[in-house]
Amino acid sequence: MDKIIEKHSMIGKRVTKLDAPDKAVARTRYINDMVLPRMLYGKILRTDRVHARILSIDTSAAEALPGVQAVITAKDTPGGKIGVLRDNPPLKGDVVRCIRDEIAAVAAETEELCDEAIRLIKVEYEDLPTVFDCTSALANGAPIIHEDRPDNIAMEQNFEHGDMAEGEAQSDFVVEGAYNVHYVTHCNMGVSCTVADYDTDGRVTIYTQTQYPFNVKMDIAPSLGVHPGDVRIIQPPVGGAFGSKLDVYPYEPICVFLAKKTRRPVKLIYSREEEFIASPTRQPVEFKIRAGMKKDGTLTFRDCDSLLNNGGYTSWGATTPYVTMRTMTSHYTVPNVRYRARAVYTNNPFAGSFRGYGNVQATWALETHMDKMAEKIGMDPIAFRLKNANPPNQITPQGSNLGCIDLVGCIEQAAAKSDFLAKWHANNKAWAEPGRFKRGIGIATSLHNAGGAKIHKSDGCGTMLKMDDYARVTIITGGSEIGQGLDTVLAQLVAEELGVPMRDITIINNDSALRPWDVGVHASRTTYIAGNSAVRVARKARDQILRAAAAHTNMLPDMLDLRQGHVVQAETGLALMPLDRILRQMHFAGAEAELVMATDYYEPPSEPEDANHMGDMSAAYSHAAHVAEIVVDTRLGTIKVEKIWSAQDVGRVINPVGLEGQIEGGIAMGLGYGLSEELKIVEGKVLNPSFRDYHVMTAPEMPELDLTFIETGDAEGPAGAKGIAELPTIVIAPAIGNALYNATGVRIDHPPLTPEKVARAIAAHKGLLG
Amino acid sequence: MSLTHKITFALNGKPVRADADVASSALELLRGAFELGGTKLACGEGECGACTIIVDGRSRNSCLMPAVDLEGREVLTVEGLWREDGIDPVQQAFVDEGAIQCGFCTPGMIMQTKYLLSRNPDLTAEEAERGLEGNVCRCTGYKKIIAAAIGAGTGARD
Repeated sequence: MDKIIEKHSMIGKRVTKLDAPDKAVARTRYINDMVLPRMLYGKILRTDRVHARILSIDTSAAEALPGVQAVITAKDTPGGKIGVLRDNPPLKGDVVRCIRDEIAAVAAETEELCDEAIRLIKVEYEDLPTVFDCTSALANGAPIIHEDRPDNIAMEQNFEHGDMAEGEAQSDFVVEGAYNVHYVTHCNMGVSCTVADYDTDGRVTIYTQTQYPFNVKMDIAPSLGVHPGDVRIIQPPVGGAFGSKLDVYPYEPICVFLAKKTRRPVKLIYSREEEFIASPTRQPVEFKIRAGMKKDGTLTFRDCDSLLNNGGYTSWGATTPYVTMRTMTSHYTVPNVRYRARAVYTNNPFAGSFRGYGNVQATWALETHMDKMAEKIGMDPIAFRLKNANPPNQITPQGSNLGCIDLVGCIEQAAAKSDFLAKWHANNKAWAEPGRFKRGIGIATSLHNAGGAKIHKSDGCGTMLKMDDYARVTIITGGSEIGQGLDTVLAQLVAEELGVPMRDITIINNDSALRPWDVGVHASRTTYIAGNSAVRVARKARDQILRAAAAHTNMLPDMLDLRQGHVVQAETGLALMPLDRILRQMHFAGAEAELVMATDYYEPPSEPEDANHMGDMSAAYSHAAHVAEIVVDTRLGTIKVEKIWSAQDVGRVINPVGLEGQIEGGIAMGLGYGLSEELKIVEGKVLNPSFRDYHVMTAPEMPELDLTFIETGDAEGPAGAKGIAELPTIVIAPAIGNALYNATGVRIDHPPLTPEKVARAIAAHKGLLG
Repeated sequence: MSLTHKITFALNGKPVRADADVASSALELLRGAFELGGTKLACGEGECGACTIIVDGRSRNSCLMPAVDLEGREVLTVEGLWREDGIDPVQQAFVDEGAIQCGFCTPGMIMQTKYLLSRNPDLTAEEAERGLEGNVCRCTGYKKIIAAAIGAGTGARD
């Protein structure tokens, strides 16, 4: 009997994650679970001052404690610095600049011994003048945080496009606003952890949670005094990352110093309290926006000035304006735009990168501002946004071609499904009516890069593929898995090309000695960039197989296809031979022998920003619109989010399970940002370093979700897909702020919208007491 | 300096003996002496549920429970759910629903779900949400976890 095999596409199918079964039965060993033979533990002594000169450090009692293998201070290190501006010595020898600063570290046989040794180290300080807010730090005579930056400005970005005076002249109305966004932290369930291991030849293996393995080699090497080529990065499974692990942080080189000193593997793991105090935060920002429009709602100009509290050192937080700028200059069509950002050193903890990057902050400010502008000219929030929505293929002020976007579709779908306008008008009319509970509906939208972000000379990803005699496929990808589902999407894309089951595909993704280069997992880039590279490498393997099969079957390669583990005739689906048989025939062919092995390096067609911030930095762009419907208890100030409608341009759905998971989780994180999460930092000290006092969303607080995927079919993306993971976190908070206004007439410009803040604002708002 | 007690208890269906440090938690004992790494340390103060185990049929934060209190108890950890005849329906439901991303909260979520279903095999969404309120997940937004908890109900093995 001839066997006919129909074409069966994997794209768009509900697929469960490849790593889920091992995680469900706890076979997965996370970095936090790692134990190596003869491994020691390491701990860090942190300062309790926010700005002080170190006069002396006495480690003698710690060193004398039995079981302590090493005690190190700055004098034991090569002196190199880490961080975006190389302003952060892993161990501080002269001055401490913020509460988390690292003074000394110990390695011992147990964590308890480490704690005991840490308590025995004596440090003498001379306190220095302190400064905690940007405006004070910029004032004349302010305490100087770094001697080589006497103005306390760590980084500055400026952009201008069009004619601001002309924009102002054309404006019938101008709206001004100020928005201060707060400190939040990642709360990865797996706390920060690293294990370092030296060999006899001066090479170091670092097991780390990094999202940036190849750049970490480069970034950490100077602080270690080793060549980047002698740093091997291994990424065991991690308990979340969300952008927290893009930079090198002091605990990583400190762990290496301890391993070098003791000639033993050392594991350094944070406590949860340490995780809250000594992890980089999301960048807090003070925004000022002035924006103009004509009577018909057409935007004329937008001017945004922002101050970023940089804290004591410069990590990726200071670079978030590169993303904020894209939103402020390019979200909606604005002919004349100006943007300025200054990151200012203070004695606060420092900020890093966090899912959504500067766009969570930007979208809060801009989308709150857009609602105010709509109200000013009496337009509803939908009409005003549609009036100014970016059209497809628009060239932005910074030179990006937005390509196949559908902002209009996102707004229209979210509005239609939520019956937005009817509810919005009814709620507005009900402001003056008595009643403790008020219903509100609000919308927000956002623009984000969806095809990588060329912040380096390359935004590429390499992939290697091999097939064995049993048609099992191994993919060695540069892309990193942090729980988001890269392995699964790559296996799905490769299975589609090679006609093999997903379970026959093994993904290797965690060792810099094996993997080809990749930028890292950030900027919603991994499905797009690593996915494209995987598709390309699979097509090379497929071509190799089909050439051999054609020779065996006396057909042409393009008359053949690979389906369900067979070589088939493409037109009829007639099975010609099992895939593993042709692979063995290729392998055992004497002088003609060949193995199926292929490599690919995919470089997306994007360009780095130039010095003037011009450049089409992503290969694709995308939007999302969120509508939130809420009920406000005007007496207690609590906001119950009843339902969220999300409409997002995803390019094309590859796996609905993974896509829903990313959007639902992103919304939960964005809800926390808007409603409850705040790292309270007063005079440089973190007041709430625990889950009890830092409130992340829990299961009962999640609203009903209605997700709409808009498929614009990106011409470059893998199977048409775009990057999707950050937008859901970016959009939701301002939709809730706008809903609060729709419910009560009370506008809160500074998140989070905690019950206390909402109740106070409502109480202060005349006519609504009661 | 440390003081230990010899204790005997049932761990995942088998009798075991251990030297329990009076200052250590059940979590430390399980992760340390028994290498049961599925029971996660994520906060160490009973706020996140990642270390949830079932002791004498009740769910407990093992980080808050003294190790010596395991004496004479029946203890079930996530590792005890995977048996020769296959993985537990709750584990399978978490896989099938897409309830797992980074997976660090998953063992605690599964154990708490197991406990909830032992009390009430037909959970409503609201009951599942309330029952899992003490278990923090930073990845999923809980929707698929709740779906798994409800979906596992009808076919729970024990």
